Amino acid sequence: MIRNPLPWWLASPAALLMLAFLALPMVMLLGLSLNPFVPGAGVGEGFTLSHYADLATDDYFHTIFGRTLALSFWVTLGCLLIGVPEAWVLSRLSPRWRAVSMVIVLGPLLISVIVRTLGWAILLGSEGVINRSLMALGWIDAPIRMMYTFSAMTVALVHVLVPFMVLAVWASLQRLDPATLQAAASLGAPPTTVFRRVVLPQVVPGMLSGVLIVFAMAASAFATPAIIGGRRLKVVPTTIYDEFLGNLNWPLGAALAAVLLVIVLVVTLGTNRWVERRWRRVFE
Amino acid sequence: MSSPARLSWPLRLFHSLFAVFMLAPLLMVVLVSLTDKGYIALPFSGASWRWYAAIADAHDFITAFINSLWLAAAAATISALLAVPAGLAIAWHRFAGRDALLGLLLSPLMVPHIVLAIALLKFFTLIGASSTWWGLTLSHTVIVLPYVLRLVVAAATGHERSISQAAQSLGAPPWVVFWRIELPLILPGVTGGWIIAFINSFDEVTMSLFVASASTATLPVKMYNHIAHTIDPLLASISTVLIVLTLVLMLALDRFFGLDRVLSGRSN
Repeated sequence: MIRNPLPWWLASPAALLMLAFLALPMVMLLGLSLNPFVPGAGVGEGFTLSHYADLATDDYFHTIFGRTLALSFWVTLGCLLIGVPEAWVLSRLSPRWRAVSMVIVLGPLLISVIVRTLGWAILLGSEGVINRSLMALGWIDAPIRMMYTFSAMTVALVHVLVPFMVLAVWASLQRLDPATLQAAASLGAPPTTVFRRVVLPQVVPGMLSGVLIVFAMAASAFATPAIIGGRRLKVVPTTIYDEFLGNLNWPLGAALAAVLLVIVLVVTLGTNRWVERRWRRVFE
Repeated sequence: MSSPARLSWPLRLFHSLFAVFMLAPLLMVVLVSLTDKGYIALPFSGASWRWYAAIADAHDFITAFINSLWLAAAAATISALLAVPAGLAIAWHRFAGRDALLGLLLSPLMVPHIVLAIALLKFFTLIGASSTWWGLTLSHTVIVLPYVLRLVVAAATGHERSISQAAQSLGAPPWVVFWRIELPLILPGVTGGWIIAFINSFDEVTMSLFVASASTATLPVKMYNHIAHTIDPLLASISTVLIVLTLVLMLALDRFFGLDRVLSGRSN
């Protein structure tokens, strides 16, 4: 290899920024999670594993971690179920309709998560649009409580994250060999069979990257669960917020964040390995 | 595909329902902003612009909006200044540690914002930079840099280096080669990346909640804190303004770069 320092000079400002403002703070976060908490004073000196012990033994935290994982699971499943067919539809549209549909499907990604979540709060509130319409139709007598429920959080997060799934599957559909579809159709396969037996196996890599992105983002989403779930339905990110800015227990918050990070990494790397082994041929 | 076959009706129905699902919450925000009542109610009888007029008196929201604009412009610009040389190094050179470098520069995409937020809060407190303007700006620079980098690398990868080499052999100094030949070649990637970085910084809420202070509060932070207390039509009118502004940027992005390409970080 030719020793050439030029690329390192070019990349060093960006690399230094990442080391100073990402790598170093993350290491310090790990250190913080091992400091004792002194009520009133905040972070104490010394080394303790007590915060991790709390997370491992306290049912309060088990519920929160369980809820976060369940939420991420259902959101990922929801995004797969509607995102994959939608990407397929997009690829079959005429160019003009596709352009319009792209803006509708991907555009919300660029709009603030706060604005999108506000929309769901307006729809789902007890005085909200859905409740008022159902009551006007005479289908229900009293408003159904939808805000501050698990399903409301799931639906709102699917809305926030599904564009990532469509985008990932869409990228993989563009690499699809159209000859395989024509071959299947000419051999008499009905459209549903073509989709199931020819298209789906070829877009597995796209579905996989979509699943990984959506799961990681759902597990660490803050604003949507905070607004739709409220104080009743805490997830790990909202608990971190409360520990940090409410109880001022920074070490416990740091331990929560470290465990969240490890869970997200383990689940995404595990899924990645499982799918790659199961569908090895597609990735070659 | 040569000729897109006509979609069957179940697929058309699905596509329409999907579009309704994506648009419904945004439409609700727009509708609610037009009420003449002091509270959120749909359907309502009287329509008015009063909540748009109310924005003019919401000084703290306007300050936060201006904060957000400056912050997003600064973060996008700094990240572009850092990502262009780094992206060119990665796209045009083969060197030991290239993959590790790319991994490091893209790592903000992997770390949840809530985790990075508290790591930075701790870090800034320790070095005495908590609630400073530059701390907030550099935090945003870290999280938007990967978006610019991906588009710069994608834009640079497709280009022949022989043009630069030809210019060099004709005696052009390195900075002339960069300024007159290489930069124009990758400019679409840089511009698209800058806009995506700007939007991502402008919309960012989780990290800013921890790193911003009362005086540097961004618009999303201000709106989040407002929602935590009450949801009123003022929020809806501010949100509608944001939706319209984003729509304009979005159509520009789609027209010049293709929305799917910019968002997934691929070149034109």
